[in-house]
Amino acid sequence: MRLSYPANIKIIQVPCTGRVDIIHLLSALEDGADGVYVAGCLEGECHYLEGNYKARRKVAYVKKVLTELGIEPERVAMYNLSSAQGARFAEIANEMVEQIRDLGPTPVR
Amino acid sequence: MIVADRKSLEEILGMVADREKLLILGCKGCVTVCNVGGLKEAEILASTVRIARKKEGRPVEVTHRALERQCDNEYVAQLADDVANYDAVVSMACGVGPQFLSEMYPDQVFFPAVNTTFFGGAVQHGVWEERCAGCGVCGIHLFGGLCPIARCAKSLLHGPCGGSSNGICEVNKETACIWDAIVKKKMETGHLEDLLAVRPFKDWRTARDGGPRRSIREELVKGTL
Repeated sequence: MRLSYPANIKIIQVPCTGRVDIIHLLSALEDGADGVYVAGCLEGECHYLEGNYKARRKVAYVKKVLTELGIEPERVAMYNLSSAQGARFAEIANEMVEQIRDLGPTPVR
Repeated sequence: MIVADRKSLEEILGMVADREKLLILGCKGCVTVCNVGGLKEAEILASTVRIARKKEGRPVEVTHRALERQCDNEYVAQLADDVANYDAVVSMACGVGPQFLSEMYPDQVFFPAVNTTFFGGAVQHGVWEERCAGCGVCGIHLFGGLCPIARCAKSLLHGPCGGSSNGICEVNKETACIWDAIVKKKMETGHLEDLLAVRPFKDWRTARDGGPRRSIREELVKGTL
């Protein structure tokens, strides 16, 4: 397939997005990431039944925290796609990078 | 357990606005169970405070940890070697924690990060309700296992007031009239006549009305148990 996606994305692999916790998303932002997104399996298709739903709730919580701090909540996002959707993965990566470019660099430096 | 709600970030950030080095101190007791002030919540608050201060361009050093309990001096004492290393300590325990800490370490400042609300339990994930008012003389068995002291807005002991409508309390549409529930339960179990008993005036001196309370267990004080 050899699809390309922006090189400024750092991928952190987890066995399931259910492993992603609030502190992981906050730590990334604290360390200066301009944005963080979670790429989970399609809703209803989690191998562990509800890992992606759990991740979605964590993302929503962090969005709320960012709003309270006066930081754009769009800097964190949840996406759902299957492991067979390579093209969609590249598309999401571009979409997120564009979104963050529009917002500008993080105010957390 | 003791139930608490976390204060707003705005309020917490305001308390520590002029501090440069903080300890956020969780408690592994009740506030861990009600997901408001355990180790995990302390870590999240620490990160959030650092993000907020970095954004303001005034970074702050924030450490987090949790004590087994903040309401026992043997655990509070575990902070002795470390407590002076901070400009302030933010306690995520119930109102007991910051006081035990302040009493043991009078030179340090302790800010409360939560609002302590009531004695209660979780009726569903994320929802807690008051069940006990700590009045000092328990009579739950007299009312079908439902406490009118804690759960009736007026703490009535002889039946519902005129504000009870279709099983709901007039104070709040979300609040069930506990007297409606008590009467129904007594009818269902065939013990309605229990409620005809005239109860003596409740002695409120054992509750908060008698001032701050103290419980002494002689056998433990003397070490004879």
